[in-house]
Amino acid sequence: MAKITYIEHNGTNHTVDVQNGLTVMEGAVQNDIPGIDADCGGSMACATCHVYVKEDWFDKVNKKNEGEDDMLDQAYEPKKNSRLSCQIIVSDDLDGLVVDMPEKQT
Amino acid sequence: MIKTDALIIGAGPTGLFTAHQLKLIGLDCEIVDNLDKIGGQCIELYPDKPIYDIPAVPECTGEELTNNLINQLKPFDIKFHLSERVDEVKKDNDKWVVKTNKGTSFTTPNVIIAGGVGSFEPRKFSVEGHEKFENKSILYSIKDKNIFKGKTVSIFGGGDSALDWAVELSNNCNVNLIHRRDEFRGAQATVDKVHELTKSQKINLFTKFQLKKLNGASKIESIDIEDDDKQIINLKTDYVLGFFGLIMQLGPIANWGLNIDKKTVEVDTEKFETNQKGIYAVGDICNYPGKLKLILSGFHEGALAARACFKLARPNEKYRFEFTTSSKAIKNRLGVKGD
Repeated sequence: MAKITYIEHNGTNHTVDVQNGLTVMEGAVQNDIPGIDADCGGSMACATCHVYVKEDWFDKVNKKNEGEDDMLDQAYEPKKNSRLSCQIIVSDDLDGLVVDMPEKQT
Repeated sequence: MIKTDALIIGAGPTGLFTAHQLKLIGLDCEIVDNLDKIGGQCIELYPDKPIYDIPAVPECTGEELTNNLINQLKPFDIKFHLSERVDEVKKDNDKWVVKTNKGTSFTTPNVIIAGGVGSFEPRKFSVEGHEKFENKSILYSIKDKNIFKGKTVSIFGGGDSALDWAVELSNNCNVNLIHRRDEFRGAQATVDKVHELTKSQKINLFTKFQLKKLNGASKIESIDIEDDDKQIINLKTDYVLGFFGLIMQLGPIANWGLNIDKKTVEVDTEKFETNQKGIYAVGDICNYPGKLKLILSGFHEGALAARACFKLARPNEKYRFEFTTSSKAIKNRLGVKGD
């Protein structure tokens, strides 16, 4: 279990407990947190669960999957710390993780 | 005005198999799709990726699945309206009048929405003021490459479209190619060609840069691009092309008076009918308790929606369930010999 904070583009914070093994995307969707669309349902076929991982966390989350950067090319305003939240697996190590959400997904 | 028994919106796997089911039971149908080719997400998002959960097909790619479905439709004459987006669906007595953005109109008792996650639109730039240059100095697709002759063109993106056009336009234009990282997702041969052309200074390549600012009054005069370390470069340019792939928008479907929840359309599980009589939703775009976004679910939903269409298209006839293995009528429609 990890406490994860999702920050909307307008600054609204949502901190929720997410079970180990779920993805950061699922944590948002299951808790009705706005800002993550996840149109493809987590299969890395779209870029609508795009988040910015806080700098100090970026190296602690599991590395990007092959093909993830290809999808991020198609995201809205990708940055250095961009990730697809469906590709970040939650574990105890991620307790305290903070992710910012882009202004929009599409 | 085109008259048809059923109009299918969306030429993805679900739309294609739904057409098959309609023709099998003796109904006419036509298909409209916003993309310029048949196949929907399968062809646009994962033409080369293998799919492993199509019943009786251990493994096939998105493109192979699409080609098989097109082959399955061969016995039938089905009119496709590609590169057209359905903008309007309006009630006219017991029929629906459907209009596309190209001015095609249909009258039909049945509209089947097999729209996946909506229509694909190009991902646009997000920098300030991009709207006023769009379709003039900013383009997301190329209709006539001759307009660029002798001009400076700045191309953004790292996929096949961006790379192919950079190579092509480098013949007679001054090309800047800008991408947010130094890896490309285009075909390796094209990537190699781009590097070769960069070496011979036919292409000016800027990697790890993104568009920061557009400068110009009525048309673009120059652009500022910025890298990860906030270094800014100003580039004189006549045109800016963006190839960031396609995004999915629910689009006009939201305006047809349907019950919509989280970009999906609510349906019943008997007819896959929406809250509007004669409008059905099948495949990824429909929503009901237990809905699975699998291609096989779309096939099932389309088969049932097709039977529901029969009632409205042939109000004076009774639908009789038949198997393809034994029905003479179906074999006639398929053009195969009975036994």
